[in-house]
Amino acid sequence: MTPGLDHFLTVGALLFCLGLIVALSKRNAIGVLMGIELMLNAVNVTLLAFHRFTESANPVAGQTFVVFVITVAAAEAAVALALAVSFYRNRETVDVDRINLLRS
Amino acid sequence: MNSLDVVGPQLAVLIAAGIIVVIDAVVPHQRRLIPYVALAGLAASALWTVSWVSRGYEDDIFGGTLALDEYAAFFYFLFAGITATIVLASIDWVEREGRRQGEYYVLVLTACSGLMFLAAARDLITIFLALELSSIPQYILAGWGKDEKSSEAGLKYLLLGAIASSLLLYGMALLYGLTGTTLLTEIGSEVAANGADNRSLLIVATTLLIAGFGFKMAIVPFQMWVPDVYQGAPTPVTAFLSVGSKAAAFAVVTRIFFEALSPEFLSNDWSMVFAVIAAVSMIIGNIMAIVQTDIKRMLGYSSIAQAGNILVGLAAVSAGGGDAFKLGGSGVLFFLAAYAFTNLGAFVAIIAISQQINSDRIKDYAGMWKRSPFLAVMLAFCLVSLTGIPPTAGFWAKIFIFNAAIRADLAWLVIIGVANSAVSAFYYLSVVKQMFLGEPAEDAARVSTSPSIALAVGAASIGVLVFFVIPMPLLSAAESAIQGLVPLT
Repeated sequence: MTPGLDHFLTVGALLFCLGLIVALSKRNAIGVLMGIELMLNAVNVTLLAFHRFTESANPVAGQTFVVFVITVAAAEAAVALALAVSFYRNRETVDVDRINLLRS
Repeated sequence: MNSLDVVGPQLAVLIAAGIIVVIDAVVPHQRRLIPYVALAGLAASALWTVSWVSRGYEDDIFGGTLALDEYAAFFYFLFAGITATIVLASIDWVEREGRRQGEYYVLVLTACSGLMFLAAARDLITIFLALELSSIPQYILAGWGKDEKSSEAGLKYLLLGAIASSLLLYGMALLYGLTGTTLLTEIGSEVAANGADNRSLLIVATTLLIAGFGFKMAIVPFQMWVPDVYQGAPTPVTAFLSVGSKAAAFAVVTRIFFEALSPEFLSNDWSMVFAVIAAVSMIIGNIMAIVQTDIKRMLGYSSIAQAGNILVGLAAVSAGGGDAFKLGGSGVLFFLAAYAFTNLGAFVAIIAISQQINSDRIKDYAGMWKRSPFLAVMLAFCLVSLTGIPPTAGFWAKIFIFNAAIRADLAWLVIIGVANSAVSAFYYLSVVKQMFLGEPAEDAARVSTSPSIALAVGAASIGVLVFFVIPMPLLSAAESAIQGLVPLT
């Protein structure tokens, strides 16, 4: 049996849900970032599966999308780490439970 | 057709950003010129857009991924105006902050170009890129301040924003898979032709899109970042977030939902979703705003409620059919413009006041009338406009939106909206009461106004007044902009 569109989409959906769970449950800001990366890569799997298995008027749209997602994810991770460092300098922690100065 | 000419408005802004980088690095003693370079770039951008208005439009740029139509031009003007006001209002604050002045303006201008691309984008990839081009500088700006509250706001904004854009991307991936294309117009015709077979998946994709953009629009249930980030970010940045990224999110949502997801079997669903979200946003935003003691936090909750108001217009669009398309759509654009003027005026006044009294607490605004009559009157005027009471542009904005909703048989939503306006009057006007009837503290000094702040707050307030007296030019601009979109089928 060769894997078809359904298999890839299932893997993508599972990865996405796992990433979302990690992002929402991790207490460490870096852990949250890893969850976000997982979600973005799940999107890439889904996009490439659609690209490979569906007919399209524009045959490279899916691949192009993935390239841009990867690029932007790298940029976003760079900014996220910079902000995490700046936060750590102020508070000596990156625990999201302690990101709590702002309260009414 | 020369494509660079078509993206000229964005290029002008980015070129100004490049010049600022050079000035900052090469002739650091000329730093005080930097804000004026930024303003010149924005003026050039607006002029370039004017030239497009006179030359006619181009809606098939870069293989159809961008459109320079009346809709985009409307937002180009709006974003250039917003950013120019922010630059004017930032001059004092950035100088006082004293570090990395060049980078601040570069980030603001880059975000502005991202917002402009967002208004013109007609392709899922372009929308995603433009969204990130505007978001990433805003994450950095939110964490710009020296204090730990600001870096907390930046980190919080980024983490939640990145989760939201992942949800958005997954929705886009599904939409691409279902239709085989990333161009909005082609998605639209594909959905109209074959979408009914895949209705459940399309609804999943639509939900994910609403979640992703809902974060930027600051609507319930994606609003939890708003009060924290608004309070923690430097005030000029908060002002930028509250009008710029919100307007851009509404711009792109309107375009996507009109051009790609408009067939009736879908639009009936999403207009219902929008109606419910609008009602909940108004109620939660207003109730939470009442109990706030920090003025930036209060305006954060109020911006959630205002987003609910704008969503009423979007909900009205599809529930009412052809006529409501024009009414609701133009109501949304009019509201966005009026809200931009109003909220900017309020925030610039707050920037000026908080710089000198070093406090954002509402009770420290007591007796502001005696300390700075000009700022007190301007702030009061803008708060009145946020409530939606004449003589302000906010009054017409609410009238147009609610009118569209009534035409679309959403009377229940209008009742909730009007009741919420009454609730919002309570907390907006209590600030006004504090400023005019409260007594200033014994040692309270006068609050002075620098020329750039006075210009920014004056221009915003005059805009609010002018669009009350003569709303028709703005309304007809909004109407022709919305009619440029592919109408609902």
